[in-house]
Amino acid sequence: MDATTAFAEQQPVRPDHRLVAEMVEPGARVLDVGCGDGALLALLERERRVDGRGIEISREGVSQCVARGLSVIQGDADTDLADYPDDSFDYVILSQTIQATRQPRQVLEHMLRIGRRAIVSFPNFGHWRIRLELGLKGRMPVTEKLPYSWYDTPNIHFCTIRDFVALCDEVGAQMERAVALNAGGEPVRVNVPWWVWNLFGESGVFLLRRR
Amino acid sequence: MDEPASLVARFGPDKPLVMDCGARLAPWQIAYQTYGELNAARSNAVLVCHALTGDQHVANPHPVTGKPGWWETMVGPGRPIDTNRFFVICSNVVGGCMGTTGPASLNPATGKPWGLDFPVVTIRDMVRAQAMLLDHLGIETLFCVVGGSMGGMQVLQWAASYPERVFAAIPIATAAIHSAQNIAFHEVGRQAVMADPDWRNGRYLEEGVKPAKGLAVARMGAHITYLSEKALHRKFGRRLQDRDAPTFSFDADFQVESYLRYQGEAFVERFDANSYLYVTRAMDYFDLAADHGGVLANAFRGTKTRFCVASFTSDWLFPTSGSRAIVHALNAAGASVSFVEIESDKGHDAFLLDEPELFATTGGFLAAAARARGL
Repeated sequence: MDATTAFAEQQPVRPDHRLVAEMVEPGARVLDVGCGDGALLALLERERRVDGRGIEISREGVSQCVARGLSVIQGDADTDLADYPDDSFDYVILSQTIQATRQPRQVLEHMLRIGRRAIVSFPNFGHWRIRLELGLKGRMPVTEKLPYSWYDTPNIHFCTIRDFVALCDEVGAQMERAVALNAGGEPVRVNVPWWVWNLFGESGVFLLRRR
Repeated sequence: MDEPASLVARFGPDKPLVMDCGARLAPWQIAYQTYGELNAARSNAVLVCHALTGDQHVANPHPVTGKPGWWETMVGPGRPIDTNRFFVICSNVVGGCMGTTGPASLNPATGKPWGLDFPVVTIRDMVRAQAMLLDHLGIETLFCVVGGSMGGMQVLQWAASYPERVFAAIPIATAAIHSAQNIAFHEVGRQAVMADPDWRNGRYLEEGVKPAKGLAVARMGAHITYLSEKALHRKFGRRLQDRDAPTFSFDADFQVESYLRYQGEAFVERFDANSYLYVTRAMDYFDLAADHGGVLANAFRGTKTRFCVASFTSDWLFPTSGSRAIVHALNAAGASVSFVEIESDKGHDAFLLDEPELFATTGGFLAAAARARGL
């Protein structure tokens, strides 16, 4: 049994991780930006046999990743992506992290430069529950998935699914696949208009490439 | 000096050490210590590379000072470099003074100590010597090479010179190039040694004297660079040494003065002044990128070695920027690399001290690497 298998047995796979893993071709070179404790990267190495690398801002996260046998560098998506050469990865992944970056647009542009493809997943701020909190209660939403108060949240750049689609247009990213997951982690039905996704998707997962 | 209290591998005229300066050193010898047991597949060897004034006594009491090994927090049974699992080797560097051939050894051509006739040593020479030791021990590949500061330079040199012999590498608190500031500090130390009238142009051993003052001053200066302002303040502040008021003299009124004097005096008991010149020089000359067309990444092209790089926030001698440059180059070379900057206010010396995060990271890295290696 190797390290990744040992860890895998301890925690169930998150639905958004499962979806990201399905988007990655086996054996690819992958950079996971903001890889946290390495759960997604370990899943990708285990199930997709990728050659994986990670960047993580927290020391604890890096230590956990290193102990799992993952190659992870302590660093900051906002400043360190500039150091990576063009086309050095098949996929650059930003999993539930874009809302915590200072320069989301710049980060996305770097991802599309460094990787042949980019995968971005993020919490959808257009979800009906969030709209309800803000619209009816008039308070910044605090939910199970987004548990921070406005004054201490690391999430400084929330966006909705439609906002993100607009950003993709602006930076010239082509969407190869887009999926919205509902609160239960199930994909929202396809063949519905964007506004439905934007209302019922709790998170969005996008597979992008340069146009 | 040539009969040290440790294991020694001796190489005759048929096995000279070919050095960067063009010299062929022969006969020569390398003193080393080992801990743990080499497995049947000879695949569990870990080479620990010591820093500037370290030696092979990494995890046993020092034969001269009686103090614990210099890295007993890291190396030993149940430690991150677990001697129950790994066969640990640590050798004294060429140019050193704990049993490996250096300027205090006898020059076979004259029957007198080498002194400054000893050829100038580089980090690559140190690593070549270690590789010959491994050949002598019948160890083809190392599971891991690990070291801090000058030891970290050797780790990088190992990975660049013998990539196929290194499965994993842990360079700590180090750099791929010795900075102008660090060369400057070394030069001050060397000038302090040479300014001592008892240095006698390096021939002090023959004349039965020792440039103790000069070497002590060199050590005092260097010691400051291993600490941090915060660490010095916490340890000593402006507290006075065994007195209630300043004495209006140049006596060691302050605890920090007394401490530095003690460090200097203790150092000369165990270290040779000429060795200090040679080993500092080796660090000065270190510029791994320059050996590879000016591009550090070229030193690591195609490497399969997995790296774990670590630095400390308060280390101003080998700051994090130097480690990041290594990481950057390894990334550009497509190498497998992990990097962590450890929060510590203890300065450069942090790598030798009780730093739980360092142990957690290196221990975790080694455990994962051992699984990948099938150990």
